[in-house]
Amino acid sequence: MINGIFEWEKPLVELEARIEELRTFTKERDIDFSREIASLEHKADALRREIFADLKPWQQVLIARHNKRPTTLDYIEYMLDDFVELHGDRAYRDDQAIIGGIGYLDDLPITIIGPQKGRNTKENIARNFGLPHPEGYRKALRLMKQAAKFKRPILSLIDVVGAYPGIEAEKRGQGAIIAESIRQMSVLPTPIICVITGEGGSGGALAIGVGDRLLMQEHAWYSVCSPEMCATILWKDASRAAEAAESLSLTAHDLKRLGIIDQIVPEPLGGAHKDPEAASKLLKGIIKEHFSELVRLEPDILIEQRLAKFRQMGEYLITQEQESKAAGDED
Amino acid sequence: MLKDLFRSKPRYVTVKSQTATKTSEAERKNQEQSLWIKCEGCGELLYQKEVAKNLYVCPKCNYHFRINARMRLEQLVDPDTFIEINSNLVSSDPLNFPSYKDKLAKSLERTKLKEAVLTGRAQIGGHPVMFGVIDFEFMGGSMGSAVGEKITRMFEQSLETRFPVVMVSAGGGGARMQEGILSLMQMAKTSQAVGRILDAGIPYFSVLTDPTMGGVYASFASLADVIVAEPKALIGFAGPRVVEETIRQKLPQGFQTAEFAMENGMIDLIVERKDLKEMLIKLLGMH
Repeated sequence: MINGIFEWEKPLVELEARIEELRTFTKERDIDFSREIASLEHKADALRREIFADLKPWQQVLIARHNKRPTTLDYIEYMLDDFVELHGDRAYRDDQAIIGGIGYLDDLPITIIGPQKGRNTKENIARNFGLPHPEGYRKALRLMKQAAKFKRPILSLIDVVGAYPGIEAEKRGQGAIIAESIRQMSVLPTPIICVITGEGGSGGALAIGVGDRLLMQEHAWYSVCSPEMCATILWKDASRAAEAAESLSLTAHDLKRLGIIDQIVPEPLGGAHKDPEAASKLLKGIIKEHFSELVRLEPDILIEQRLAKFRQMGEYLITQEQESKAAGDED
Repeated sequence: MLKDLFRSKPRYVTVKSQTATKTSEAERKNQEQSLWIKCEGCGELLYQKEVAKNLYVCPKCNYHFRINARMRLEQLVDPDTFIEINSNLVSSDPLNFPSYKDKLAKSLERTKLKEAVLTGRAQIGGHPVMFGVIDFEFMGGSMGSAVGEKITRMFEQSLETRFPVVMVSAGGGGARMQEGILSLMQMAKTSQAVGRILDAGIPYFSVLTDPTMGGVYASFASLADVIVAEPKALIGFAGPRVVEETIRQKLPQGFQTAEFAMENGMIDLIVERKDLKEMLIKLLGMH
């Protein structure tokens, strides 16, 4: 990727640049290029549709990792009013790798949580590159339980490479808090929508990923491990991540097909980074629809349906057992 | 039984030390027993029969060899009381993942188990329990849809019967990569089933053995009322190599052992293998 443009977009970008040139010519030199422009735009349209119709899993991963892809804070800015950020796990420290707080989704107060990558190097260090420690998950859980107490809906925006794999993280119980967070989120008596907005890195994502609705933006990825980890395990070669991505079934379309997510949230053509405001509008519209359905349900029913949703996940076989002799009692 | 474990040549077998990628001693499939094994813990040459009698713990240095599910059953559960459930629940290949079917076939052949977890009812010291045990030899004890479903059904049966649950974990492989997102979701499914019995006031004891990592550790294994671990068992979330690569330093001595987990407040007890059954009976009696 150069200047935020992917290799596979170059032909389109070049074409669009030519169209722009012709438009400028037309204005400056008062020559009519309208037929040429129309023809090129027609080509560009076709090219656009062709390029983005059939992105490979690895291309999706790259879009999900684009450095200008909107973050949790960006979506908060676009979608919520009067956002109040809340801090700390009340036990150890405030982990800035996860953002949490309360804001208005139009006139509905909601709790919003989500991992946050830094937007520059300094911020990345403060936010540990968006890799949460246990205290980050403890903060998220605290805020979610608080929301449940007030029957306030929860929105979890998930973009996380993984739970931080460090010594202190292990010491402070990374595995334990992930398990606890999953378990407690499962039975919170308030509507929960989880959206994978970028990277869905395994347990670090699932810890804040149990909800009544599981949504995924079109170019996000979500799996049990990263393509790099998969490549390492399969071939001891992380650089073969693109190949590994093919096997993992980690795209939004894969997860819809597998019955894991409820809906794919469309993005502006080429990815949310092309037009963050438009991406937010698309996301907000869908979230509002789901919340308006969910807030009407009694908490008991809500939880029952949530548990039923996860109960049916997985595919396995039941083989026929050999009939034992004792079964033939009719003889 | 014993003769399945050890090679005939060489005359001793090196038993590998704990890391999540090493395989269990019992995996060395073979027909004749060797007289001696070498303990990776202390390097001593040990008379094989002595180690077996000692529950596969080195009599010199107390190194706890990895053992398989059937051996766990023999050691922990009252004889002839184990009734398996859901034995016919096996893995398919939902993602059409490269080499998954081969790996499953190999594990089936090697362990004679149908999946990485054995579940059922049993008695321990006369107390009726639901009992589950993961076998590290079957694809590293990793959890895919079938394992997740079996464990979930075991907890659900606990809810029906109100029998306490004893779950012995050895899931070094964590969530099974070959089933992708489906494996990940088993963490949610099993944790939710555990949650229901905990909320119903039914006791759940988790035994963590070497190694218990990743998605297994970060779901049902960690949610018990009492968490017991064997000495020096490798227990943690992130794999040690991943941690090492991330922090770019050598790992501290004893990192992610049971003792480390205990020091940092993550587990209740470290119990030697020879005392494990007794401890479970004691805990069951108190609940």
